[in-house]
Amino acid sequence: MTLNTEMRVRVADIKQVADHVKRFRFERVDGKPMPVFSGGAHVVVAMRDGAVLRRNPYSLMSSPEDKSGYEISVLRVENSRGGSHFLHDKLKKGDELTVSQPVNLFPMDQRGRKHLFMAGGIGITPFMAMMDQLSKTGEHFELHYAVRTRTHGAYWKDLEQRYGKSRVKIYCDAENLFIPAKAILENQPLGTHLYVCGPHGMIKGVLSTAREQGWPSQNLHSEEFLAPPPGKPFNVKLAKTNKTIEVHSHQSILEALEAAGIDAPYLCRGGACGQCETNVVACSGKLEHNDIFLEPEDKASGKKIMICVSRISGPDITLDL
Amino acid sequence: MNINFKKETFRDDYTFRNSPEAIRRFPFPFHEDKYMYSVNMEPHVPAGPAGHAYNNGIDVDEHFVSEMEDRAKVLKEDPLRYQALPHMMTAQWDTLELLMEQQAAGYPEHFSLTKDGDNWHWINKPMGIDQKFVFGDASTLPMEPLEFITRQAQGDHVIVDQRDGNLWCDAGMVTTQADWSLDFDIGMNFMEWHGPVPLAHNLGIFERALKFLLNLQQGKPVRRLNWTMTINPRLDTSPENYHKWGTDRATVTPENVGNKVHLRCELQSLWRLPRSNAILFVIRCYLIKMEELVTVPKWARRFHRVLRDLPPELVDYKGLTRYRPTTVEWLSKYDDGKPTSPGIFPE
Repeated sequence: MTLNTEMRVRVADIKQVADHVKRFRFERVDGKPMPVFSGGAHVVVAMRDGAVLRRNPYSLMSSPEDKSGYEISVLRVENSRGGSHFLHDKLKKGDELTVSQPVNLFPMDQRGRKHLFMAGGIGITPFMAMMDQLSKTGEHFELHYAVRTRTHGAYWKDLEQRYGKSRVKIYCDAENLFIPAKAILENQPLGTHLYVCGPHGMIKGVLSTAREQGWPSQNLHSEEFLAPPPGKPFNVKLAKTNKTIEVHSHQSILEALEAAGIDAPYLCRGGACGQCETNVVACSGKLEHNDIFLEPEDKASGKKIMICVSRISGPDITLDL
Repeated sequence: MNINFKKETFRDDYTFRNSPEAIRRFPFPFHEDKYMYSVNMEPHVPAGPAGHAYNNGIDVDEHFVSEMEDRAKVLKEDPLRYQALPHMMTAQWDTLELLMEQQAAGYPEHFSLTKDGDNWHWINKPMGIDQKFVFGDASTLPMEPLEFITRQAQGDHVIVDQRDGNLWCDAGMVTTQADWSLDFDIGMNFMEWHGPVPLAHNLGIFERALKFLLNLQQGKPVRRLNWTMTINPRLDTSPENYHKWGTDRATVTPENVGNKVHLRCELQSLWRLPRSNAILFVIRCYLIKMEELVTVPKWARRFHRVLRDLPPELVDYKGLTRYRPTTVEWLSKYDDGKPTSPGIFPE
């Protein structure tokens, strides 16, 4: 028996908070309180866009204790698969959507003596909820936030005001200011935990700097939701039910299965959590692994695939489903 | 539902008994006529016939008051049965909220919780407790939040922290355990504390269970049943007190099986906690005497078959070696060889 705990919500407010960034506030249609959550959690937002049902993960940025509603911020991506365009261009106040229960794949380490945050662009969102939570329990944190221009960066003014310039540092590309990761990481007290969220290159760079300086891997945390990249269409054969389903260019395997009415397990839909790991029975093409969950040896084995973001180049793949 | 709380003991004179209603609601752990380890987890949603232990998320029954008295005695002798590492304070508050809300929602005649912002008011009528406090401010409670609430909730409670792709046993209240020790296991990870379990490791059970639990979702608790056997209705079968109960296992005779030998079932429920992202692991112990168990013919037949055919490694690990033959012999009188219906509930 599967338990459906998704929540029907109404768009209570939409606000343009920076260039290409809008904030959306959701409140429950049934008037019940939202569950409280932990900083770093995300929800999967299900949107009915014409004939297509889109499901995208977004970090929660509102106060974790605020049970009256959830807020997310969304960057309008140029080569969007459709989710950010739908939210920015079509969704209106009063419209209804469905959100999942909060899931946290980017939790804070409760043992941390100090929490050091590094955000790039829209990667700021999970840290807003984390800082709200930490400020209530009086814990030690510091934010380094890189924005492209002052008008691109959402929330930097609010954050400076709320937490003070000693805890919130802003770096603006347009002013030739970049996060001096090396200098910051060199000067942290014992027991500091580092959290990075932003573009792929930034996460990679900051984490490798930290590793070079001998930071223990347990103290390094990052989150990155990968959108399933497009590719050529191919067929998925399901070994157990003997069905064949076509995966279109701009669809993930998971989305193609769902469109065909097949329930497959998922949590993050971004290649991070491991929930949708599926065994490969046969593959007549090359597996294109796009997740950050599988170990390199699993990827090389050709026996496993994360169907939320990975696909193949070739005619068909047979899955143990 | 009004519960008639019993006055009884789980030590010395052992006056513990199940009423006929309590027998019918017992979470019998065998869904078929044999037993082997499996990742037997299912969604923890209300289930079973009216009155069954599965009806509420946190179950309260006729033994509540006496169990809490027994817990207080254990703690008085050994305060280390309650421990919480310093980083678990947020998870302590999460647990307090969950247990208060569940008990108040399931049993409004006996418990109530009112909230005015962070000013909370908790009433536990069966134990005569009326406490106003500020949620999040431990100085407004007579003791730490986890200790406060688990002195008022049946079953053992362990909070596991989630980090580094593992689960860590970092806080708990453990006084009704089947021979394991919180004081020994505190700070261990999931793989370490399951180290002693035989067979299951080779089956890959713990890897799968860990993977499953790491993705346990808020609002979707899960449950599983575990079991062992206990001689005399003793809740506190701890390693610390082994000298008090270990020798009981040599006292079983064909004459006293029905009264002395108990099936001990653990209803384990696991809950993702909202603020801390930790997991609350509730291990609720139910005891039933053989003479009570055989009043349900399906269970009598099935338990006879399970116990008779149990793999030797499990007989050893569960400590049943000395009294199993006597018990199987006694149970055989209640097994007429007829087929049993699927599932755990009485017919």
